[in-house]
Parts: sequence; C-alpha cells; structure tokens
Amino acid sequence: MEIEVANLDAYYGKHKVLSDLSFSLEKGKLMCVLGPNGVGKSTLFQCILGLKKQHAGTIYIEGVELETLDIRQRAKRIAFIPQSHQPVFSYKVKDVVLMSTESTLCGMKGPGKQQMEMTLEAMERVGISHLAERKYTQISGGERQLVMIARALAQQAKVLIMDEPTSNLDYGNQVRIMEQIRRLVEGGYTILQSCHQPDQAFLYADEILVLWEGGVLIQGPPKEVLTEKLIQKIYGVDVEIKSFHQDQIRVCIPSHLHKN
Amino acid sequence: MKKETKILIVLSMILAFVFFLSFGLGKYPIELNELIGILSSKVLPIKQFWTNNQEIALFNIRMPRILLGILVGAALPAAGVCYQGIFRNPMVSPDLLGASSGAAFGAVLAILSGAGFLGISMSAFFFALFTVWIVCIVGKHAKGNPTLGLVLAGIMVSSVFTSATSFLKLVADPDQELPAITYWLMGSLAGAKKSDVLFAIFPILLGMIPLFLLRWKLNLLTLGEEEARTMGVDVPKIRGIVIACATLITAASISVSGMIGWVGLVIPHFARMLIGCDYRKLLPASVLMGAAFLLIVDNIARLATTSEIPIGILTSFVGAPFFLYLIMREGE
Repeated sequence: MEIEVANLDAYYGKHKVLSDLSFSLEKGKLMCVLGPNGVGKSTLFQCILGLKKQHAGTIYIEGVELETLDIRQRAKRIAFIPQSHQPVFSYKVKDVVLMSTESTLCGMKGPGKQQMEMTLEAMERVGISHLAERKYTQISGGERQLVMIARALAQQAKVLIMDEPTSNLDYGNQVRIMEQIRRLVEGGYTILQSCHQPDQAFLYADEILVLWEGGVLIQGPPKEVLTEKLIQKIYGVDVEIKSFHQDQIRVCIPSHLHKN
Repeated sequence: MKKETKILIVLSMILAFVFFLSFGLGKYPIELNELIGILSSKVLPIKQFWTNNQEIALFNIRMPRILLGILVGAALPAAGVCYQGIFRNPMVSPDLLGASSGAAFGAVLAILSGAGFLGISMSAFFFALFTVWIVCIVGKHAKGNPTLGLVLAGIMVSSVFTSATSFLKLVADPDQELPAITYWLMGSLAGAKKSDVLFAIFPILLGMIPLFLLRWKLNLLTLGEEEARTMGVDVPKIRGIVIACATLITAASISVSGMIGWVGLVIPHFARMLIGCDYRKLLPASVLMGAAFLLIVDNIARLATTSEIPIGILTSFVGAPFFLYLIMREGE
C-alpha cells in the first residue's frame, strides 16, 4: 500500500475533526476525496503532509511510518499541490520549479547542475518547457497550475497530494489538468486529491473516499460508491445519475431541472 | 557568463569606483596621486610628498566615515530584503519588528543620562535587540496566524517605545539635550570614528554570514510556511535564524548611524528590478547597491552645503522621487 492511514484522530483547536479514520490506497491509483465543506478533507491532507502534529493514529507512506521520517525525507516521498498559489514575488517559472529540489540537497547548499536537470525534466513532462523564462506572475491560471504540478514532480516524490487542483480554472483548463493528472497516474504516481464534482470523480478517479462526520463513510470504485442516495446524503441535493456510451461515462444531473 | 553574474560584477565595480572617489572628495582636498601615495605608504616604502594634515584627515576622518557608510549601506538592505522574504511582503522594512524604535529609545535614554558616543551606541544596540526580543516573545504567544501575530506585536511594541521616546524628549533639557536627540534621530554618518566602525563591524558580519549561507532557502520561505514545509524546509528554525541575523545587523547599523530610513525598503526593490527575485543573486545585489547608494548620498550630505545635512533626510529626498519614477515606469 502506498498510503495507509490507520485510526487517525485530528483536532482543529479543541474541536475534533477526524475520528478513528482509516483507509488505504494502492500504488498508481488516483483517489478522489469527496465530502461537504468543512468535513475535514484539508485536515486529513495536512496530517498526511506532516503539517499537523496533534493526532492519534498512524500514517504510512510507501510502507514507512510518517512520524519516523524527518522533514526532508518526508518531502522526498510526498509532494503537495495547492489549490491556487498566490505568488508575492515575480520569480521565473523555472526558479519556482527549481525550489522543490530542496529535498534532494544537503545542508545549506543551493541547487546545482543535477537539480537544474530535474527541473527541466519535470517541466518537459507536463509540457511547459516553453514557459521556463517567463515570470510566474504573468502566466495564466491554467499554466500556473501546470507549474505547480511540475514543481511537485521535480521534488522527486511519488505520492502527490492535491487540494482541489482545478477549482479555480476554466472548463478547458480543468480538462487539461485532469488529463495531465491521469497521465501521471498511468506513469506510476499515486495521487490523493480532494474534489467537489461527482462528475469529475466519475470521469477520472480509480477510487473514491467519502468523508462524513469525521470518518470514512465509504470507499471504493466510483461506479460502486457514488449513488443517487449517497449524493443526496452528503450534499443534500437530489440528483439523477445518467450513463452514456455503454456505461463508460456517468454524470450527475440535479433532479429539479427535469421534474416538470 | 550569465546575465546576473555580469550585473553583480558591474555593481562591484561601481562600488569600488565610488569608494575611491569618496576618499578624494571633501573640504580638505586630497589629489589622486596623494591619495594613492598615502594609501600605499602603509605597505610600500614611499617618501612622503603630502602634508601630515592630509594623512590625518584621510585616516581619522574620511576613512571611518566611508567604511561606516559601506557597512550601514550594506546592512540595512540586506536586513530589509530578508524581512521582505520571510514576511512575504515587498513593503516591509528592517524596522518592522521594532528595531529602530527600540534603538531610538535606547539612544535617547543614553543622551539624557549624559553618556558618551560609545554609551549611546551601546544603549541603542541593546534596546533594539531587546525590543525585537519582546516582539518575538509576544508574537509566539499570539493566537492564530503566527506571522500576523508577529507583525501586530511589532507595531504595538514599537508604538510603546515611540511614546516612551516622546516622553523622554518632553523632559529633556531643550537647550542641549533636545537638539542632540533630534539630530541623532535624523540619522547621520557625520563624526564617524574608528571606534564606531569597530563597534558595528562584528555584529554586522556575524549577522551577514548566516544570511548569505541561507540565501537559497529564503526563496522557499517566500512560498509561505505550509508549502515550504512540504518541500522539506524546517521553516520555524530557518525563519528564527533569519530574523535573529537580520535584527542583529539592523541594530548594529542603527546604533552607529541613527535612523537612516528608506534604504532598507527601497534598495531591495531596485535590486529586484535589476536582477530578479532569486535570493542567491538578490542578496549580494542588494548589499552592493545599498553600499554604493549610501556612499553617494553621504558624499552629497557632506559636500552639498556648507553645513552637514543629516543623511537620513537626504536618503528620502533622493530615493523617494526616483522610486516614484520607477513605479510609474513599471506600470507601462
């Protein structure tokens, strides 16, 4: 198992957000985490990324207990792609990507030739080599999200955590980013991402994890897990699930749209 | 050769040029050949062809002042550019955490108790460090966002020390102490002595070396705490070291020069426009530009009028219009 979480408890202040949460994810799979706002998706990610201390339970990454790793070893295994990144200073794209090679350095040394190669390779892989010399503040939101993905790849980690990577993007960029993510999964990366669109989960996810009241409501492949009843339960809206192309594709349609 | 490396070389050459130019400039004229003679006579056996007064003016008056200008001019932008990185805000200056209001209070207190120059410097230095230390303690116990807590603590503690300074001015003797206080607060390199240079150089070097060693990591700190940590940076530790070093060099320079505002805020901007955001190049560029800028402005301060103009006034007079011009040009 690439990610394994066992009996996790997490608090936000004094409020218990996650309680006795357990799940696991195999290598080379994309898991979408669904659940209403405030259910604890971000808290779960913070625990897995080692950003949050106070929790009971154990987290294993690539079979190694997370708490036994120091901060650099952790960075070599797990990379994080934020929802949207608001840059303060106008770094060049290649410098932004280069920063994540920090985990491969030792002591106070700065990056050298080897790190530059990792950077170029990561940019090549997501197809943004032509942006290398551009200022990160001057590219589009979709391109910026690709830079974030390249940055995670340059970090050399094989487990990627993504916090709603497409939520600020237009439709075209959403599709392009999700296809890029899919290609990474085929290439052996293990990806855990939160998402708000059941349709997106149907289209791209291998596994679905549904969080509810601080624990796991259900886990499994999208077609088995995502039912009209479940969506009504977690989001409080009535939907109808339709299938297309001999059930290769399923979509959710809010019921009130076609009642009359 | 990379473009950034070339820029750094040109900046070093400009600094070297301004450095030698400053020796020759002054009320007491020293010709270029005399200057070279006096300087090289310290290592080479050269027969004296200059007057003793020229040598004294050069070594006891001009040299300390030029060296102090370089030290302070290098220190303030270095502290400023580091603060801007860790607080992720280009409008931050080195006195964000109260170093200068603490230094002002320390200096005024020393002036009132009749201390000499060294006493004033030491008092300013220790109160600057003390103020930032209080701010860090308060910020650490603030609830919520730690950076915001630190900044708010800086504003509050600064204002306490500023009002304490105002109170001291109120009770100061208006004929002798008050002018001395006012003049100190304006900031000046006039009357710089060897002892001032010796007082400032060690803390400044002590702070500057770790900042130079950590300058790559400063890039990652600009991404924010969470992202930097997921990339393997021990943020609290690095941030603590950077704040401590930047504060040390700020305190040391304010304590010998008074309040020279503006340099620590604006030079990093110019450097960023010139060489980009990468701290591996940005920090050296800020240091070189700051040192050259302060030397030039100090030459104007001592030569432009018959009596000295405090450099703290001039840095804004020269810097602000230039900065406004750059802002308008950048918008195009």
